[in-house]
Amino acid sequence: MAALTPISRKPFWLVALITGGFGAFFGLFFGTANGSGALGVALGAGLMIALAFVYITLIRNERTGRGMTFVAGGVLGFVGGGLPLAVIGGLLGAVAGWLIYWAYEGRYRSYIAPYLTWYQVLWHFGFRVICGIIFIFLITPILVVLPLSFNAQNFFTFTPEMLRFDPAGYSLKHYQDFFSNNEWQRSFKNSLIIAPIATVISVSLGTLAAIGLSQSHVPGRRAIMAIMISPMIVPLIISATGMFFFYSQIGNWMEGTLGLDKNLVGYIKVILAHAVLGIPFVIITVTATLVGFDRSLTRAAANMGADPVTTFFRVQMPLILPGVISGGLFAFITSFDEVVVVLFVGSASQKTLPWQMFTGLREQISPTILAVATILVVISIALLTTLELLRRRSERLRGMSPS
Amino acid sequence: MSQTKTNGPVLAADGTPLKKSLARALRVEKTRALMLIAPLLIFVLISFIIPIVSMLFRSVDNRIVDDTIPYTVAELAKWQPEGEALPPEALFEALYYDMFLAAEAKQHTRLGSRFNYEESGFSSLFRKSGRALDDLGKDYLKQLKALDRRWGDSEVWYELMSGGEGAQRDTGFAKAVVGRIARLESTSLTAANGFAPSAEIVALLPKTAEAYTTFANYTWLVDEAGRRPGQAAYSAQELAGDKPWESVFPALIQDLQTADIGSYSGPQADMLRALSETKSAFVPPVFQATFADIDKDWADAETWQIMKAHSVKYTNGYFLNAVDMKRTPDGAQVQDEDKRVLLKLFGRTMWMSLVITSLCVLLGYPVAWILANLPARSANLLMILVLLPFWTSLLVRTSAWKVMLQQQGVINDVLVWLGFIADDSRLIIINNATGTIIAMTHILLPFMILPMYSVMQTIQPSYLRAAKSLGATNWTAFWRVYFPQSIPGIGAGSILVFILAIGYYITPEIVGGNKGVFISNRIAYHISTSLNWGLAAALGSILLGAVLILYWAYDKIVGIDNVKLG
Repeated sequence: MAALTPISRKPFWLVALITGGFGAFFGLFFGTANGSGALGVALGAGLMIALAFVYITLIRNERTGRGMTFVAGGVLGFVGGGLPLAVIGGLLGAVAGWLIYWAYEGRYRSYIAPYLTWYQVLWHFGFRVICGIIFIFLITPILVVLPLSFNAQNFFTFTPEMLRFDPAGYSLKHYQDFFSNNEWQRSFKNSLIIAPIATVISVSLGTLAAIGLSQSHVPGRRAIMAIMISPMIVPLIISATGMFFFYSQIGNWMEGTLGLDKNLVGYIKVILAHAVLGIPFVIITVTATLVGFDRSLTRAAANMGADPVTTFFRVQMPLILPGVISGGLFAFITSFDEVVVVLFVGSASQKTLPWQMFTGLREQISPTILAVATILVVISIALLTTLELLRRRSERLRGMSPS
Repeated sequence: MSQTKTNGPVLAADGTPLKKSLARALRVEKTRALMLIAPLLIFVLISFIIPIVSMLFRSVDNRIVDDTIPYTVAELAKWQPEGEALPPEALFEALYYDMFLAAEAKQHTRLGSRFNYEESGFSSLFRKSGRALDDLGKDYLKQLKALDRRWGDSEVWYELMSGGEGAQRDTGFAKAVVGRIARLESTSLTAANGFAPSAEIVALLPKTAEAYTTFANYTWLVDEAGRRPGQAAYSAQELAGDKPWESVFPALIQDLQTADIGSYSGPQADMLRALSETKSAFVPPVFQATFADIDKDWADAETWQIMKAHSVKYTNGYFLNAVDMKRTPDGAQVQDEDKRVLLKLFGRTMWMSLVITSLCVLLGYPVAWILANLPARSANLLMILVLLPFWTSLLVRTSAWKVMLQQQGVINDVLVWLGFIADDSRLIIINNATGTIIAMTHILLPFMILPMYSVMQTIQPSYLRAAKSLGATNWTAFWRVYFPQSIPGIGAGSILVFILAIGYYITPEIVGGNKGVFISNRIAYHISTSLNWGLAAALGSILLGAVLILYWAYDKIVGIDNVKLG
């Protein structure tokens, strides 16, 4: 977006107000950390106003000013508390330098409509700060886990070594534990067995049903849809207990009458249970893709002599494939992330990764959980990327410009 | 140009009337669609809907009482309790024989736990009684053996009961007994394989015949049925060598009081006659005294009244328990003070779900607004911050909150470092309601933002500008123009978040402690720890009912086919 409003330099009192507020806010933290909050506020505000005054009236050159604050902040931090404070100080310095010139040059007005009054401008930025805080709330828990998983100690908190960025404070031992511990490896393997098979079942059945549901004349369409979506709506604990009684009978029957191996029966039970849970996601995504599907394409294919099976695989399938795959990803993550049902339906030899994490969190707390969590976050980032690429491809295929 | 004017029906290319042809095409299309749907529909129905319905059925199912002690239940139905008066002897007698079989089948403890859910003490009462019931029979056996040693001989008994070679057997009688055993064991058994007493002995000594037939068929069809292949199957010869249960002896003494032995000429007629002549030496059993000796609770009318109240086949007792009431002899009553926890828990579940939903609305609305109003490129970038938590494993997020919230955790550490709180007064924000609310708000926030975002995307920004150009202030423009249009998004997100929150289990279990758990955790507790499945099913039914109402509302407001993911 181009600049909307011509900008002009602002009077010093305004700059002093903005930078003083900034200084007071951070001064409060340093003040309370060192004993007196009020003193911190006053010092922070005073320092910032003085800096602004010096920069605007004496230095004038923006690059020098910003560079100086950045370096000064870093050095002050380092003197005050070593490397971690140096990083914080440097960051604060950079922001402070930028803020002074941002306010002084009036840059903040350049992207907002010229007719806004001053309190509307204030609200505009205040609102963004609020949103920023909410975004921080959303992402912090995930970001906190990542560094903690490299903890050299068996603690769930940041050790002083870690805060000093001392290499001795970090290690890969929790990852090592994950990859060498039998319990974790077996549960990881179980997850990798159960989730893909459950996904294949729910995707194949779900896609067929979604295609059936998207036909124009389906009797009782709403009721069928409600039944198929229900595994997503019914509270997991209720599904889990229902399946617990059902699958224990089925399991006895399979072991007794069919004479199947106990272990195999356990896997079949969990896989079928997870397949049901994944179905709503497949139905929802595939139906959504089919809404935008041009029905005249299948008619054209039929017109040219293709039988329904060929039409499906050569015309319809490639077009709805992105939807099918993203439904499959949802089904996969549902199974891969599922605890409650497997807790009730499975037995110890079907222990999955989430189950192992759950017991870990409840009983023997070990930071290996955080290493696993980090690995899972990486996996979910990969899935998210795949999904985004698929969405773009789907939009391209349908002739929309990807946003 | 020629115009053909036909009066008959319009015809398709192959000559059939068009109407018919179209109807057939429609039918074919419908069938094809249904064929595509059928496999999944059947799969979901069989492995999801039916299991849940049958699980919920356990909330009213009370057949265990009637299956375990059927005679007692029949007698209880006849008994009209009056004050402190004990029930008639017939009831004690019925319980003796019922309990004897149940104890041999080791099912009496199950029934004891069933009654124990209603009134504590029943479990131990039943266990104790099951052990002590043998004594009565042992005493009589001693007396019988003193009279004639042969009464202790298994083969003598077998001969007496089967009526010897070629006697006419009463298969109908055996069938009834086997049916009863099958109900007790919840399996199906066929009487044809088992033992049937002779018709003559059934008429002469009915109680003895029943006690012996019960013993014989239980041993034959249940106890010894599970023999390994290669082992010979159980047979009548083996049965003849097995000692009858002790319940047979009191039954014999009872029968003797009324039986007319004079005309009997089958096997062991001499022994019976000798016994009949000295029958005055045998004191007929007084079951009331027997039970009172075992435990004084049996001499308390209240014990029997509670049993009577819970001897129906289908009960509302579990549902009453679920709302802190109980089924008593005098109708539904409020539970004792110290046991009233469930209504509070329901209330807390509702209240906390509401708080979480409102927090999600408050936090989600600005985020959805800014995502919908920023240019696409930066909006997509910020969207990642919403989608990444959404896609991250629930357990990862829950463990992250455990790390953040605990007393030595990140939040407390930062606050202490900044000097906002003292090191010895760290905030307690885990293992209580606060912890659950914080963690669940974070976990469910994306479910609120995404539906809101998709609604706000469709609101034209020009409406807002038009309102402002017509003189509305910022606030009026937002409140009168933008907000009403965004309400569907708030509604969709709120219902979704509320539905998910009300049934949550994992997160409250880990960060909720005692004060922050939901009704789901209670259900899990009753399923896996206290084994009170009926109560768990009743709690589950209520929870499911609430969720289904919300689901229905969601369907009305948003439509289930309009649910969007990601």
